Amino acid sequence: MTLETVLVVAAALFGLGVYGALSQQSFVMLVMGLELMINGAILALGAFWSRSAGGNPQGQMLAVVFMTVMAVEMSLGFALITNVYRVRRADITEKLRRLKG
Amino acid sequence: MNGLLTDAIFWVFAIGSVITAFRVFRTDSMMRAAFYLLASFAGVGGILVLLGAEFLGMVLILMMAGEMLIMAIVMVMFMMNPAGLNPMWMVHQHRIAVAAGLVSFFALASVPFLVDFPDRPALRPEEATAELGTELLGDSMLVFQTAGVALLSTMVGAIAIANRNGRFGEAEDGSQEPAAEPGTESRP
Repeated sequence: MTLETVLVVAAALFGLGVYGALSQQSFVMLVMGLELMINGAILALGAFWSRSAGGNPQGQMLAVVFMTVMAVEMSLGFALITNVYRVRRADITEKLRRLKG
Repeated sequence: MNGLLTDAIFWVFAIGSVITAFRVFRTDSMMRAAFYLLASFAGVGGILVLLGAEFLGMVLILMMAGEMLIMAIVMVMFMMNPAGLNPMWMVHQHRIAVAAGLVSFFALASVPFLVDFPDRPALRPEEATAELGTELLGDSMLVFQTAGVALLSTMVGAIAIANRNGRFGEAEDGSQEPAAEPGTESRP
């Protein structure tokens, strides 16, 4: 478990997240792709904290901020999904061709 | 802990995490996709614990468990075919997405081999949780508080967005497509 191996795993998670966020039509699956990207970022941050930054507590602080971003992103995403479904009956991205309803 | 054992556990978590992350986009059931994503997060949480960030790993697993349950409920409420009784293959621009994923993987995976990062391992990982607590309520308290206020405003904003009655009337008002000709019925 070296810095390199953990970073390669984090890169794999991030790449899968990019694939998911770009390819999925369903809004919820798209949000899952975004979550996977942040997952990879948190793993990379943990690796740097533990193997390269001497266990500096501010590194963990940054990871807490990442988790906050994840929670904000997901709750606002679901609020938008709820609203879009109510107003347009849309649950996939192809049904939203215009911003203005 | 024995170095070889730690490595073995790390690879189990790492490979499990990547495989479940891949399965998220390959399963027919959105419900299962949520739980695969939870498994992927649990793997990352385990790796964080192995790296010495016990608090972060556990918080990640706890947070994601709650988040995935919410996600599963949202799917059952809104999405077609949440149980995976029919095959599901809902993708667009698939080749571009695969290419973008591969490019970002290889670009990011090459970074640790091309860049010489400082080799300063954590000296006392057993005290990491105590250090994080002191940091949270000490020097970084403003950051911590800001994160809390951001979460609070997100809650308010999410309720305002998702609420049926906004400040200017019902959500449906004014959101129907206007009629092409004046005087005719608007399309639903």
